[in-house]
Amino acid sequence: MSTNLGMPAVAPPGVGHLRGTQSFPDAARGALADSQLRRNLGHATRVIRTKRASVVAELPDWEQLRLAGEALKTATMARLDEHLERLEREVTARGGVVHWARDANDANAIVTRLVQETGETEVVKVKSMATQEIGLNEALEAAGIAAHETDLAELIVQLGHDQPSHILVPAIHRNRAEIREIFLREMPGVDPALTSEPRRLAMAARAFLRERFLRAKVAISGANFGVADTGTLLVVESEGNGRMCLTLPETLITVMGIEKVVPTWQDLEVFLQLLPRSSTGERMNPYTSAWTGVTPGDGPQTFHLVLLDNGRTATLADEVGRAALHCIRCSACLNVCPVYERTGGHAYGSVYPGPIGAVLSPQLTGVEDNASLPYASSLCGACFDACPVRIDIPSLLVRLRAQHVDAQRARSVPSAEALSMAAASWLMSSPGRFAAAEKASRLGRLLGRSAGRISTLPPPLSAWTGSRDAPRPPAETFREWWARERGTS
Amino acid sequence: MRIALFVTCLADALYPQVGRATVTLLERLGHEVVFPAAQTCCGQMHVNTGYQREALPLVRHHVEVFEPYDVIVAPSGSCVGSVRHQHAMVARGGGDGALAERAERVGARTYELSELLVDVLGVEDVGAYYPHRVTYHPTCHSLRMLRVGDKPLRLLRHVRGMTLLELPEAEQCCGFGGTFAIKNADTSTAMLADKMRNVLDTGAEVTTAGDASCLMHIGGGLSRLRSGTRTVHLAEILAGTEVGATTELASETLAPRQLDAPAEHTVGEQRVEFASESSTQRLREAQPTERSEGER
Ligand code: SF4
Repeated sequence: MSTNLGMPAVAPPGVGHLRGTQSFPDAARGALADSQLRRNLGHATRVIRTKRASVVAELPDWEQLRLAGEALKTATMARLDEHLERLEREVTARGGVVHWARDANDANAIVTRLVQETGETEVVKVKSMATQEIGLNEALEAAGIAAHETDLAELIVQLGHDQPSHILVPAIHRNRAEIREIFLREMPGVDPALTSEPRRLAMAARAFLRERFLRAKVAISGANFGVADTGTLLVVESEGNGRMCLTLPETLITVMGIEKVVPTWQDLEVFLQLLPRSSTGERMNPYTSAWTGVTPGDGPQTFHLVLLDNGRTATLADEVGRAALHCIRCSACLNVCPVYERTGGHAYGSVYPGPIGAVLSPQLTGVEDNASLPYASSLCGACFDACPVRIDIPSLLVRLRAQHVDAQRARSVPSAEALSMAAASWLMSSPGRFAAAEKASRLGRLLGRSAGRISTLPPPLSAWTGSRDAPRPPAETFREWWARERGTS
Repeated sequence: MRIALFVTCLADALYPQVGRATVTLLERLGHEVVFPAAQTCCGQMHVNTGYQREALPLVRHHVEVFEPYDVIVAPSGSCVGSVRHQHAMVARGGGDGALAERAERVGARTYELSELLVDVLGVEDVGAYYPHRVTYHPTCHSLRMLRVGDKPLRLLRHVRGMTLLELPEAEQCCGFGGTFAIKNADTSTAMLADKMRNVLDTGAEVTTAGDASCLMHIGGGLSRLRSGTRTVHLAEILAGTEVGATTELASETLAPRQLDAPAEHTVGEQRVEFASESSTQRLREAQPTERSEGER
């Protein structure tokens, strides 16, 4: 890679899906009011959580595997440039073509051009976060190319003219009845007697997709891993639809975030144990497809690998924040997150929702473009415990909050919050001032009409008393009691 | 053992009974408690809201105040978590490496109450008596920052006269999260609603935890619901004794300040009918009954 002078660029605005149109609290409000959505999410996350917990408990060396995963990712990030160059050499040596994309615009332009060169006007797609991130489907559509999603959940989202709301189960916000309705409305030639029985829904999707697989000349995929020392790409999936795309068409174009590289084939031993258990709660996923360059007479005869930056180098520049790049997109942190469970994925405004989204999206775009996301967490820490590569998401959230506050310091007029934090710091760094403030706060006792509780407070504390009573300051603080009973120490 | 009490700013200003209970408990176990009067606040709210620069003077002050002591206890998993896991980071972020090292040493000597009792003092039966139906909420920072595990439950299981009821989905966050409860009030309230439903499903009279902050949140919600279930800090339960139950009550009933603050002896105790209860009713409540004796 060329030497970077100055700070590497963040993901550009106006393309792709990393920025929402509303702040998290505003977007969450609508989701919280939707009781159907709450039920769908609550049920789905609880089922996956339980499955994951039971298969993880089976492995006596689970914690060691997590440590190994973390260590491998940390070491890989430290020499990411070397591993990427190795990957490029190996892929090229085995008949593939490697392209470097600085950002979403670059990547979309490269893929569009590659498809146009085949003369085709439609492509089949393997479920991929990277292509959702850059808004590839929209870019292709603008160039007159139809992109057909083939993952069942992605297909539901696409047919419903919707956005994905979960990394693994993009249609987690939909239930069976809603899916049946979408199929009846949007799927050409569907049996009008279709029921919402899962098997019948899957059969309808299969009939619809089979025809597209057999017709497709070009496929587009992402990658879960890119192995540097062999030049091998891997896709891990459950349905087998990915494998159809990876084997049937003549041309395969893979868009991979640069952080997905692993140095050696042996590293997969760790990740292929961590990923399925964390993600679907299975001991092993049904399909793991691996391909290396081009094999004459077998599978796609043209293979392109597009390596995507889009803010990743900027993220890498923060030696703590870069841990967000260790993510293997298992989605375990979403399923255990009490905030995600209640708001769903759309509230995060990015294709990366949940705890990982709250630390990854603001780093890819620059924190000021996603400033409400680092606050979309109670810092309960459930995400860290679930993460197979031990990303300390709570600490990253706190770090990003500090970066946001520091960016705001540049404003000529400090916010009310900044002023009160500064005042509290001044009060609390001196025992005398602190005790005086405690005495003054006893004035608050006058606010409470009924004993021991306060049910209305002025803004911003009205956000507390909207649903919770506040305690009334006691007649005597602890330090006053101590001084009275024991004298000072 | 000589133990320095870091009472935490929240307990100092709003829940002094938590500090008093911690003192009562440790002294009953034969230890000397000192209260370094210069202490203020650990600065966690600043750090967690993004104001690390403002937290730096608080960290420096905390380290200076507590450095002279060998064993420090706080009745809060969250504040101990901050002292142990954030102070050094704040000092380093502020470019003060020497302060960071001092903060690490102070952090290593600072214990949450259940850790102090079980790990340092080696006691699980503290001789407590508390004749109530109680459910325990493991707070997130005790659980996942400090890894206190089942230490609080081990202590509670030895309390006489008490019925301990298992809280469903206990490890789910109550939705407090400091300024999260304000910045994301709707999401926080949705989390609180589920926590309260689980609490009420147990049929407990009392919800306990090792953090006054989470209890303030859960208790504030239960109070708004007029549910009749109240919140009491772990320290207060462990400080309770058969003798103490009567004397404490007598002093509270008699003290003039109780006329305008009747609910003061429990964290967030906010049953609306409580204020109007006669002292005989309160007495009956605090006295051992046939039922709780039988459940012992
Ligand atoms: S952050 Fe960890 S738990 Fe969350 S999706 Fe990534 S790997 Fe999975």
